Amino acid sequence: MRNFRLTITTCVLGMVIACSGSSVEGELLVSAAASLTNAFAEMESAFEDANPDVDVLLNLGSSSALREQILEGAPADVFASANTSNMDQVAEAGELAGDAEIFVTNSLQIAVPSGNPAGVTGLEDFTREELLIGLCAEDVPCGDFGRQALENAGVIPSIDTNEPDVRALLTKIGAGELDAGITYVTDVLSASGTVEGLHIPAEVNVVAEYPIATLTGAPNADAAAAWVEFVLSEEGQAILTSYGFTSP
Amino acid sequence: MKIDASLRRTRRPPALLVVLGSIGLAMFVVPFVGLLARVPWSDLPALLASDVVTDALRLSMVTSLTATAIAVVVGIPLAWMMARLDFPGRPLVRGLVTLPLVLPPVVGGAALLFALGRRGLVGEGLEQATGLLLPFSTWGVVVANTFVAMPFLVITVEAAIRNLDQRYEGAAASLGANRWTVLRRVTLPMIGPSLVAGLVLTWARAFGEFGATITFAGNLQGRTQTLPLAVFVALESDRDTAVALSLVMVVVSLAVLVGLRERWWKAL
Repeated sequence: MRNFRLTITTCVLGMVIACSGSSVEGELLVSAAASLTNAFAEMESAFEDANPDVDVLLNLGSSSALREQILEGAPADVFASANTSNMDQVAEAGELAGDAEIFVTNSLQIAVPSGNPAGVTGLEDFTREELLIGLCAEDVPCGDFGRQALENAGVIPSIDTNEPDVRALLTKIGAGELDAGITYVTDVLSASGTVEGLHIPAEVNVVAEYPIATLTGAPNADAAAAWVEFVLSEEGQAILTSYGFTSP
Repeated sequence: MKIDASLRRTRRPPALLVVLGSIGLAMFVVPFVGLLARVPWSDLPALLASDVVTDALRLSMVTSLTATAIAVVVGIPLAWMMARLDFPGRPLVRGLVTLPLVLPPVVGGAALLFALGRRGLVGEGLEQATGLLLPFSTWGVVVANTFVAMPFLVITVEAAIRNLDQRYEGAAASLGANRWTVLRRVTLPMIGPSLVAGLVLTWARAFGEFGATITFAGNLQGRTQTLPLAVFVALESDRDTAVALSLVMVVVSLAVLVGLRERWWKAL
């Protein structure tokens, strides 16, 4: 009897060790929106510390470009989009292994170069033709949301460039080549030092919801599920909020 | 009989070379077939008539031709200097001139921004002195195109001038032609085929320029959105338009390259 109990204890113990140890391995390709660049880089090292047999590869780009890659058969495991419409299109194509979950939200700010040399005060200044104004391209989430905010504020902007993604826009604002643009709060935070953020009132601001999901074509489904679980976990959410995101 | 057979054998192309060569050819053919397979033929006229396409085509034509013209005005003299003048640091200059060929165009665009941007090394003074602001303007596109494409003209023309037999120029000079006449009537005509080849390559590279343009000049329809930029933006939203734009690029480029090659460029 004693021996039997011991055997069971050993077995259970063995299972616990097996479960808590790294049960996932191999390469994990995470396609994530460009605005997640810094937060996901930190998540990557935390995840790899916890799962040393997994090598996380971050494929960062505009959500619409990532969506196209997935629809054209790129072998990604996880898709984290900066808006729901790109995720919906992937879902409609039957590429999602489960339901997409909103894991963070993000709101918009006006980004200006440090010191605000053009003296921008609000969205109204986006009509000033003498200023160099940049937005994200219309079909990139930050461009879509930015235009919504401008429309909410009744502003018809005088645009000088439609940048392919939010990082490109931020770089040009940080270099002082553009006087103002609309980016996410998190982007302004990530570029503090070269870029300053100006508040956009809540009644015209747009809240972006970020959904995440595993993909049917995932070459590494186990690791994909573990990544999504980690993103939604307390630890993952703590990393994300430290970069300016809001937990849903 | 025996000789006949061996002759036939040498005339027959070696199978291995043909197989490998065909694989090489497939690398070029397959992507274009893939593109053609996606062309929405019935909607094509409407797509091509849209203002995104016509604006981008016009802008691409204007900027690539302007860049080629600038390359002629300053690139040919530079090629001549490199071929004929003996000055210290010539190998370095040669390296610098070819640098845009090997650099990723995005790096070139960033370098242009740091030099000629509003807060750039030269750009700041340029704006104060002339009010000219290159980034986010059509001139910015021309500058980016010239930067990336001019090396093709400079290196082809430089090689041609260096290989030229200088006795012809000497003969013309001894018959009383002044230096300008020698250049115009002897040197340039003798390097004609190389010059044309360099011009075509320069134009084609400028026509297809993407990375330096979007980094330095931004992306605005009608002002800085050339065909390659329009393709890139449309690819994410409106694939039919992207395919139509790509088709325009392929047709225009192929027509120019094939047409000029047949006419001028057989020597190369």
